[in-house]
Amino acid sequence: MQLIECPWCGPRDEIEFRYGGQAGIAYPEDPSALSDEEWAGYVFMRDNPRGWFHERWYHVHGCRTWFSVRRHTVTHEIGRDPESPRREEFG
Amino acid sequence: MRRESGGRIDRSRVLRFTFDGRELTGHPGDTLASALLACGVRTVGRSVDLGRPRGVFTAGAEEPNALVRVGDDPMVPATVVELRDGLEAWSLRGRGRLTPGAPPAETRHDKAYLHCDVLVVGGGPAGLAAALAAGEAGARVVLLDDRPELGGDLLSSRTLLDGAPAPDWVSSVAARLAALPEVRVLSRTTAIGYHDHNYVVAVERREADGHTARRGGGRRGLDGCRLWHFRAGRVVPATGAHERSVAFPGNDRPGVMLASAARTYVNRYGVLPGRRAVVFTCTDSGHEAARDLAAAGVEVVATVDPRRDGSLVTGTLADEEGVLTGVVIGGGTGERVVACDLLAVSGGWNPAVHLFSQSQGRLRFDETLQAFVPHLSAQAERSAGACRGVYGTAAAIADGFAAGSRAAGSRAAGSRAGGPAGAGERKDFRVPGCDEPEQNPPAALWTVGGGDAEAFVDLQRDVTVADLVRATGAGLRSVEHVKRYTTAGTGAEQGKTSGATAVGVVAGLLGVEPGRVGTTTFRPPYTPVAFGVLAGRDRGSLSDPVRVTAMHDLHVARGAVFEDVGQWKRPRYFPLGGESMAQAVERERRAARTGVAAIDASTLGKIEVVGRDAGEFLDRIHPNMLSTLPIGSCRYSVTCGTDGMVLDDGVITRLAEDRYLATTTTGNAATVLDRLEEWRQTEWPDLDVSFTSVTDHWAVVAVVGPRARPVAEALVPDVDFADFPFMTFRESRFGRVFRISFSGELAYEINVPRWFGAALWEAALERGAVPYGTETMHVLRAEKGFAIVGQETDGTVTPQDLGMSWIISARKPDFVGKRSHSRPDTARPGRKRLVGLVPDDPGETLTEGAQLVASPGDTRMLGHVTSAYPGVALAMARDVREGDRLVAFDARRGREVPVTVTAPVFHDPDNTRRDGLPPDVRLEPVKGYGARSALGGFSARFVAARSSGVTIREVPLVPMGEVRGRDPGEGLRLGPDWWLVMGGPPGVRHTGVPARSGDAGAAGAADTVGAAGAAGATGVDVSAQRAVIGLSGPRVRDVLVTGCRIDLHPAVFAVGAHTRTLLARVPVVLHRTGPDVYLILVDSSLAEYLAEWLLDALEGL
Repeated sequence: MQLIECPWCGPRDEIEFRYGGQAGIAYPEDPSALSDEEWAGYVFMRDNPRGWFHERWYHVHGCRTWFSVRRHTVTHEIGRDPESPRREEFG
Repeated sequence: MRRESGGRIDRSRVLRFTFDGRELTGHPGDTLASALLACGVRTVGRSVDLGRPRGVFTAGAEEPNALVRVGDDPMVPATVVELRDGLEAWSLRGRGRLTPGAPPAETRHDKAYLHCDVLVVGGGPAGLAAALAAGEAGARVVLLDDRPELGGDLLSSRTLLDGAPAPDWVSSVAARLAALPEVRVLSRTTAIGYHDHNYVVAVERREADGHTARRGGGRRGLDGCRLWHFRAGRVVPATGAHERSVAFPGNDRPGVMLASAARTYVNRYGVLPGRRAVVFTCTDSGHEAARDLAAAGVEVVATVDPRRDGSLVTGTLADEEGVLTGVVIGGGTGERVVACDLLAVSGGWNPAVHLFSQSQGRLRFDETLQAFVPHLSAQAERSAGACRGVYGTAAAIADGFAAGSRAAGSRAAGSRAGGPAGAGERKDFRVPGCDEPEQNPPAALWTVGGGDAEAFVDLQRDVTVADLVRATGAGLRSVEHVKRYTTAGTGAEQGKTSGATAVGVVAGLLGVEPGRVGTTTFRPPYTPVAFGVLAGRDRGSLSDPVRVTAMHDLHVARGAVFEDVGQWKRPRYFPLGGESMAQAVERERRAARTGVAAIDASTLGKIEVVGRDAGEFLDRIHPNMLSTLPIGSCRYSVTCGTDGMVLDDGVITRLAEDRYLATTTTGNAATVLDRLEEWRQTEWPDLDVSFTSVTDHWAVVAVVGPRARPVAEALVPDVDFADFPFMTFRESRFGRVFRISFSGELAYEINVPRWFGAALWEAALERGAVPYGTETMHVLRAEKGFAIVGQETDGTVTPQDLGMSWIISARKPDFVGKRSHSRPDTARPGRKRLVGLVPDDPGETLTEGAQLVASPGDTRMLGHVTSAYPGVALAMARDVREGDRLVAFDARRGREVPVTVTAPVFHDPDNTRRDGLPPDVRLEPVKGYGARSALGGFSARFVAARSSGVTIREVPLVPMGEVRGRDPGEGLRLGPDWWLVMGGPPGVRHTGVPARSGDAGAAGAADTVGAAGAAGATGVDVSAQRAVIGLSGPRVRDVLVTGCRIDLHPAVFAVGAHTRTLLARVPVVLHRTGPDVYLILVDSSLAEYLAEWLLDALEGL
């Protein structure tokens, strides 16, 4: 049971979250301008590193915030994503 | 044989027990094993494969031999069973058996969740010192110990600390710990698993102290185990070490025992495990055992230490029963035979690194200690004492102080509890003076006598040195392979006594150092755990959360047969007078097609989409245009994933300029909401739009059939039905009415706040509507060719495959999934498409999942049946045209059924029936609906469950609104831009809320505050969405910790705190309104489940 730091609620058990896959995959500006291969890259292709991974989580049973963390896929060590907001930034 | 005096047993009381039917006695403080030894029982069981007689070998959880059945427990080591009066035990042959068909045990187990700064595992010298150092530094400490009495090995030795018996020091530390309010000591509690992020799971055995005391009074007491889940800032494993044996021939006979165990039985239990002993030791601790045996009156006839003169025990002698009568001593000094009835063996010590290894820490082999010891930590832990290879009482205490101080000092970041901050190393922890001599390194001896077939490595699995020789001879090099080939280490004790010996023997056979061989993987649980303990209270009706609608009790009373849809209970059909399902469905279907029928449609997901950009947002998600939907109109839509496949469908209604209501399928409601949040938060945060689930706020009755209008008119008499076109909605003072249809017939979906759902349902049925369930609903929609997401679709189906190309707006440049519809695979011809099928025999019902082929015996699969009802079916099939003759191959029944392909609409393809019949009757209009709170039916049980510890009640019918985006200046803030306001926030219109809480008579008199959709109003009425449960009393947290995982420490979750979290696996808002007062807000459909769970928790308090 991993302990995941929600930027709003603080650390909570993994069971309160839903996994959101790799972070930082933006929806393409103009999908119609992409080749089939480029579009398939967006839809289907994700990194699967042995090591640190930038990924998204969703605090579904808490504050319903989507956020991202850096997590080590071997040790499960979790580091904050510097781009993710901090609690005090929510006002 | 019992000693005259000594030991930590109460000789003034006699406990009677039976072993294999023999009546025996012991004393409080005994284990079953010590009592058996005291009664002279040498053989306690037979080995699993060879059937060899075996006796008590250890004095702890690592016992490989003395496995017994005790009561309902099919297999448990006699060394950990606390003796109690009336205990019945039976010997085993190495393995227990469950009794098939036995009734479930009545034992009540439960779970609890606890947070702490420092978790210390083990109450021996190191663990006690660590807990004391951390606790006196102000940390929140939990100390776990698996025995009834703290002290660990100190209770088994005659060590003097500061000149006094070691148990005196234990008592003084225990007293200091007891004085610390933030320290909790759990005895009889075994840590079984060390998981990610310092999550430690432990089993507390409560039967011994509560068994008799709590059985009175008629209430079910807590006499079972509690499965603790700890989240610790730092963990200090102080789990000691396990002594190991040596693999010499005949080392398994009753009478052969670990030296530490012999010492424990003499000193702790006042038992002589033999009269005449030989001690075979590779360690100094073996000599201490010899001294203690002699001091207790055992005649120690020989002490064999290979370090001294190279002498070894090379064999044993036995009587006809197989019990030890003597040993053969060989090696350096020549061979001789010595008669004895006890052989105490010490082959060395293995630090109990199980938890450390489970935490993913790495081990190294220490050549001096001849043992694997912790090397690199992977988590915030620090082992202390013998489990770290630090032997000797004084050294262990010093190591424990250091570990505890460090753990408390470094807690600053993780701790949010009150109390003084950790001060780091404290100088006033004095290590007591200890009379133990310096320890010399052990001999590196694993086996004696080569590949002997009677030299046992794993006593429980009957694995010998000969078996290991066979394994390495077969070419196996990895210790993991050797383990699987020989089964060494796979018994219930998981290699605690055998693992290191196996590694040592294999290393010798391979000619390498043990460190090169390494250990097998240590996996949880440390000791066996019964499935019932893992289940806890999650059994029977509490095994999974259940959601019910406001009308559920009425459905039950009407004899409905239910089906599970996700967590929901939905009526499948309503049989009358012994009807079969087919008969009931045909009757219900006829009512909907020719008269009027009603279905409880409350379970459909309902999401209010609110904001200036709501239309724009929906346009980006959905294939069709929704920003142009006129206010008051409804439109069917689907959603796709980025892969273009259909995810869900539903009807979208524009309630106001900036406000839509989107419905989802019953099973996908949560997924759809999550996904909307994902797109808004991660892709389009600039859009002004928010989503609020109102699924549980509205109870929905669909009134369906050509004669639906008079019934609907009577239910919402303030709505003008003369001007109420298809696919529009009307507001009523009772709620909302939608003219949409899932059957092809005239239909009105009437939504009222859940409090009035039961009254609405009864009113509809009183006016002639025939109740129908999901089975009839499926038949009606299939006849009309409406696909069901998850039935016709399976994640590989596009809207075009369903024949819904019409839903895709040509005017929009993009929507989620659009680009995928022109990928080569989705755009190609020859994809499976939705078709209808008609069997040749109109009475035939095809089998869902049946494969379609062109002709009998053909193996090219053209598609499969997705929905099947008598005479009609839907299928996904490729390369087929209307009129084609196919065969549906039903593998389950082994039949081939001839079918004809048709259009997927079997009923009224021209939609002529949509407007029903002109109303020809006027039914009595409803004047008002009586309100019923979600837990109205529980009030008497809540009162009955009250105790001095905890009081439970419902706070009924609380008006509530959710506000997004802008701080309303009041209410509970549930997220960065999410507020829940009780009592009714400004700008939220509450439909039909009673003027006063609980005032059912006033129902229908709308308490209108502002108007829905008014400028600036971002609130959504969710008054009936949640039920409110009040829980209060001095023991309220004892209830909450059994199902809530957040840190409930009063200083952490302070008065006024509120959060969304899980309780009993149900999402709740938990709000602490007073020191011992909590409000629990739970979705109304889950309220009854949670109430049952809380009542069950109170029963065990």
